[in-house]
Amino acid sequence: MSAILPPAERLWWNTPVGRQEIVWVGIALLWCLILFAMMPYWHVYGKQNLSNEAYKIYPAAYETKVKAMVDQYKVREEGPQLIPVVHPPAGSDVYILARLWQWWPILELEKNQTYRLHLSSLDWQHGFSLQPLNINLQVIPGYEMVVTMTPDTSGEYTIVCNEYCGIMHHTMLGKIFVKE
Amino acid sequence: MAQFRVCPQSGLYFHKSAESLMKANAVAAVVFLLLAGVLALLVTLTRWPTVHLLPADAFYMVLTAHGINALLFWIIFFEMAVLYFASSTLLRSRLATPRWAWLGFWLMIIGAITTNVAIFQGASSVMMTSYVPMPAEPHFYLGLILFAVGALIGCFVFLGTLAVAKGENTYDGSIPLVTFGALTACIIAIFTIASGAIILIPTFLWSVGLISYIDPVMYRIVWWAMGHSSQQINVATHVAIWYAIAAIVFGAKPMSEKVSRGAYLLYILFLQLASAHHILVDPGVSSTWKIFNTSYAMYLAVLASMIHGLTVPGAIEAAQRKKGYTNGIFEWLRKAPWSNPVFSGMFMSLIMFGFLGGITGVVMGTEQINIIIHNTLYVPGHFHATVVAGTTLAFMAITYFLVPVLFRRELILPGLAKWQPYIFSIGIILFTLFMMGAGTMGVSRRHWDMSFADASTILGMTFEYPGTAKLMMGIVGISGVLSIIGGAMYVLIVVGSLLFGKKLEASAGFWQNFGVPLADSCYSPTRPERLGRPPVIEEHGSAGFEAPGTFVLAIVFLVTFVVYYFINWKYLASVWPMS
Ligand code: HEM
Ligand SMILES: [Cu+2]
Ligand SMILES: [Cu+2]
Repeated sequence: MSAILPPAERLWWNTPVGRQEIVWVGIALLWCLILFAMMPYWHVYGKQNLSNEAYKIYPAAYETKVKAMVDQYKVREEGPQLIPVVHPPAGSDVYILARLWQWWPILELEKNQTYRLHLSSLDWQHGFSLQPLNINLQVIPGYEMVVTMTPDTSGEYTIVCNEYCGIMHHTMLGKIFVKE
Repeated sequence: MAQFRVCPQSGLYFHKSAESLMKANAVAAVVFLLLAGVLALLVTLTRWPTVHLLPADAFYMVLTAHGINALLFWIIFFEMAVLYFASSTLLRSRLATPRWAWLGFWLMIIGAITTNVAIFQGASSVMMTSYVPMPAEPHFYLGLILFAVGALIGCFVFLGTLAVAKGENTYDGSIPLVTFGALTACIIAIFTIASGAIILIPTFLWSVGLISYIDPVMYRIVWWAMGHSSQQINVATHVAIWYAIAAIVFGAKPMSEKVSRGAYLLYILFLQLASAHHILVDPGVSSTWKIFNTSYAMYLAVLASMIHGLTVPGAIEAAQRKKGYTNGIFEWLRKAPWSNPVFSGMFMSLIMFGFLGGITGVVMGTEQINIIIHNTLYVPGHFHATVVAGTTLAFMAITYFLVPVLFRRELILPGLAKWQPYIFSIGIILFTLFMMGAGTMGVSRRHWDMSFADASTILGMTFEYPGTAKLMMGIVGISGVLSIIGGAMYVLIVVGSLLFGKKLEASAGFWQNFGVPLADSCYSPTRPERLGRPPVIEEHGSAGFEAPGTFVLAIVFLVTFVVYYFINWKYLASVWPMS
């Protein structure tokens, strides 16, 4: 019974380590270094990275920016809440705001064009979960996050809120349409 | 006058005050596990789409309560008992300041009750993470603060006991490896509770209106400095229990004290960094910071767990081989006592923690891969594999040892006890795998209705997950119920044994289960003999492999790890380009 007894050797730190453990520690360390290297590697060679671009912003100021885009590029409204659908020019800055309990507005994008997507919340934290792609981003009030995205598939995409945000959390859906 | 009794079955010495505290903390733990289990059943039956039991408001309330009762109250009460065991009992020392320890215990009880009251009043359904600016009632935070202060006192009693043992010279040489592991847990716990104070006290003040604003990103970083580190307390503790059970059941001796202790040291040095893996897709935090922190400075804490993953079964294998189970690579494992729940629980805890919890944790903690996992059901899938399959099952396993040794009661229903770890494990394996599967298909965590029925009336929008995702959630429901049955068996056996088990010491009455000592005749006023070192056996540094079977298992683990890791990169590469 020795893990529950003091070490047999008084100078246990001086006893040599068995071959098997040395080999395993070596293999495991190598694997850990690979795990570590993969992240910088992907920043250089991979295509899915987050920008690091973010700004502190008052929720009201963010709302103003989103409204400006909606006023300029609105093409129609959808649903009982008349959520605007906007079609901003390819390559432009596009905005979505999260609030209890909707994603506003609906974006209409063009396939294979690159957009700078801005995200922030007007109230509590929300989770931007783009389905069925499964791209997930945290949306935080007071912070405006910018991600450059290139939709390379077309169709109807749904934004599910996946950060718990109160009693109607499970109704909080949004849409992004990508046109050919 | 310090009084000790020696357990005739195990040869362990129990100091009277320490024994009472261990019992009280362990019983409190099981009570909170029972509560958490009932809540788990309600949550699971709601997430099972065809059952969809609770209404939305009750679901979010019960989910908040489940997380807090299971992860904080069950686990940390049990850890207090482990700390007292690893210091007082293993070192044959009196417990330092038992009165302070009782104060800590009662603060934890009052705190736990306060927070539960707040949750069940209904206005604090904020989930255990309580992300600002969503508010809970002030006493929600206050209860957590009291609980943490109580736990902090327990940590200092542990440290004090180590000092007493050293001062009174109760053992020879260095502290045992298991105590060293408990010390690791204790050091991390102090760091954790400090972070908790830094974030929960301002949040409490904010909830009563004394502070006007708490930055939500700052909140997330500091909250997770507590939330993540507290998981490392669990890891350090359940690894210590693995070592303890290997020693108790097999008389196994650590392959190398130096390597195992070095691995614990890596935990202390690097685990605190990892709060980053919860904020990998947050704005306002740079990639450099994320990469350095999420990898615990190049995965050195992962390295530590991979080392324990080899040395624990390696020690068992070496012990078994010495007993003559030397045929082939795996006779030592086949001939292990699989019908002893102390062993089977511990071994499955180790395997499931590594294969299910460990691998998935590293995968989802990779900066970019987190984009396809964050806040999906993959996350609770992963942490039920660590904290349920790993920690909880290890705690269950050691309980089967503690009931006779600490409580002096024979286990009732030994046949059921034999099966309990298996039923629990099968349930948890399916539950976590399919939860992770559903998460991979995008199903959200903390979500009441994956069919979004209300969204179509309110917003005029519809969305459906693929049919397989729904099917998987059905399997999650069924296997969740199975694991809860396994958990209920544990509670039944333990509570039943404490109440009705055959008394192993003549005078053990009813109240002695809850912290009252045995009859005076069991204790003697003389101090136990000094704890000696076992004899040195010259066999170190052997050029051959002492435990070839374990090495094969380790390689299987590594291959699984590598394959699964790169599959996830491939999946990531298929989503829209982003930068
Ligand atoms: C053994 C049976 C158990 C089952 C079937 C179970 C089931 C569940 C389910 C279905 C969820 C909700 C997932 C979601 O919708 O987000 C959940 C959440 C959770 N569970 Fe368990 N659970 C069990 C035991 C435990 C134990 C023993 C612990 C801790 C030691 C634990 C800790 C948690 C935590 C921390 C959460 C997250 C709560 C949150 O999102 O705030 N569970 N559990
Ligand atoms: Cu939301
Ligand atoms: Cu963590």
